[in-house]
Amino acid sequence: MENTQGFENKRGGDHSHIKGWGIDADPKNDPTYPMKQRTNDEHNGYTWERPPQQTVNVEVLHSIERPNITAVFGSTVPTKGLSGKIRRYAFKHSESSYAHWLPLLLADRVDMVEGLIEDINKGSFPNILAEKGIKAEWKHNKTGLLKRWAIGAVVAYAAFVYVTRRRS
Amino acid sequence: MLAMNYRGPQRVRIDQKPLPQILHPEDAIIRVTRSCICGSDLHLYNGNVPDTRVGETFGHEFIGVVEEVGYAIQKLKVGDNVIVPFNIACGRCAFCKQGLYGNCHESNPQATAAGGIFGYSHTTGGYCGGQAEYVRVPYADVGPTVIPEGMDLDDAVLLTDVVPTGYQAAEMGGIQKGDTVVVFGAGPIGIMAAKCAWLFGAGRVIIIDQIEYRLEFARNYAQCEAYNFRSLEDPVVFIKKTTDSLGADVCIDAVGAEAAGNAMQTITGRKLLLQAGSATALHWAINSVKKGGIVSIVGVYGPTDNLVPIGNVVNKGITIRANQASVKRLLPKMIEHVQEGRINPKALITHRIPLEEVADAYRIFSDKLDNCIKTVLIPPSARI
Ligand SMILES: NC(=O)c1ccc[n+]([C@@H]2O[C@H](COP(=O)([O-])OP(=O)(O)OC[C@H]3O[C@@H](n4cnc5c(N)ncnc54)[C@H](O)[C@@H]3O)[C@@H](O)[C@H]2O)c1
Ligand SMILES: [Zn+2]
Ligand SMILES: [Zn+2]
Repeated sequence: MENTQGFENKRGGDHSHIKGWGIDADPKNDPTYPMKQRTNDEHNGYTWERPPQQTVNVEVLHSIERPNITAVFGSTVPTKGLSGKIRRYAFKHSESSYAHWLPLLLADRVDMVEGLIEDINKGSFPNILAEKGIKAEWKHNKTGLLKRWAIGAVVAYAAFVYVTRRRS
Repeated sequence: MLAMNYRGPQRVRIDQKPLPQILHPEDAIIRVTRSCICGSDLHLYNGNVPDTRVGETFGHEFIGVVEEVGYAIQKLKVGDNVIVPFNIACGRCAFCKQGLYGNCHESNPQATAAGGIFGYSHTTGGYCGGQAEYVRVPYADVGPTVIPEGMDLDDAVLLTDVVPTGYQAAEMGGIQKGDTVVVFGAGPIGIMAAKCAWLFGAGRVIIIDQIEYRLEFARNYAQCEAYNFRSLEDPVVFIKKTTDSLGADVCIDAVGAEAAGNAMQTITGRKLLLQAGSATALHWAINSVKKGGIVSIVGVYGPTDNLVPIGNVVNKGITIRANQASVKRLLPKMIEHVQEGRINPKALITHRIPLEEVADAYRIFSDKLDNCIKTVLIPPSARI
């Protein structure tokens, strides 16, 4: 669909030294339409009038692929503990790097243990079966649940026999 | 207030949390009347999205009543009943201005590749989600849209994501009159995509899944053909055979990272997390589309890499189109389709569950128990 803005050279710079510059530009060849109603605004760079900045009073880690913290952000669970240290390390690397994403996944697992400790410190051991929705599973998938438990029991028994035999 | 609380992979519960506050002049606080569980939440639930922190509240599909607004809010009023699009969009960056509300540059500090999304890990901004009694909604004059007079709340809540996403899946397919469209995935999104494919003039719509009750539902709801890939030796060969060996004109991936159907993809993508989820459906889509055809992706994948047959994309000259749905751009048209009776969203809702039973609701939706298509959570204040 047509790019009504045409392909102007809004970024500035003179291309007259390039023979044929823009001669075949085809405003109809815009596969991003209708998802994108092209105005070529981004050709002006990061120059739009930004919304007011939300006050930054918690630690907000931001991608190194942008210069700033976005005008708004969520501040629900601030970085903390060992998982927080790992996350800070991760944010030293770009979104294009495994050194960003793999530490974040590791931090999530560490966070889970920290969450458990936090629960216990608050004086309650979490009801993990309830958190996993056991009630619904019991009601709607009893055979599946029993099968899983049976397999678990057989594996545990086999391991027990193996270990005790090796000892004796 | 009551809010869902994530504790680790497949562990969620309901807890008391502090009420949200206005943190920005363009914020609003919404009292939730309906929120949904989405296939996208399953990627979080399974612990597959990096930077999903223990203590987060999920939920990007919700509607509610405006309780409080920041001083810079001009359009939204206290008491308004609103549909809140799942994307957080500023409305004035270069991307929002061009209709790319799912790709805002001023709503997610953590990643430039994704815009802000409610309740969807710190990788999309670290916002609290709507599976709670109250939510903070930033840029409240941009996204939230007043629910039209007379619209059922169950219809309205599906306009926050499912309807526009299914519609955009079909729209991105560039469907021309008479085209054969194959949709992978008969979840709410795939079913809606199949339904919407007809609005663009598709000549034949086929949906593929592995769950019989969902296929049956899709056959009735989207009036399309539906096949179980478990009973097909090879879904790609099946699609070729049924299209004169040429392939479908348009293939839609409405499955994403939790795809089943290929052991190697499942082990590397879902168990070992060596790739950003299992790319089975996308693999099938690329291989079943005709030469010069279009593959439209709305299925969500993680931020690292996936194993897909990119060589075939090149050799077949395929166009790939993909995005997070731009809910705000599509809302006026979606509202019209609902009001004119062309789309009946609430028929997808099979489960209405009290918010307090969120852990069971996740289990039901995740394991596809009790013939579940779409689950809606209802907070106590909306149950009177
Ligand atoms: N792009 C967006 O804006 C956007 C918005 C919402 C949801 N989504 C994504 O859309 C996808 C579907 O969401 P949903 O709510 O319908 O989820 P869902 O889990 O209810 O449905 C997915 C369906 O795919 C089926 N499936 C699994 N492997 C398959 C395969 N290889 N081929 C065909 N079908 C297969 C499953 O059996 C299931 O019925 C998810 O990845 C979700 O994250 C994207
Ligand atoms: Zn969703
Ligand atoms: Zn924006």
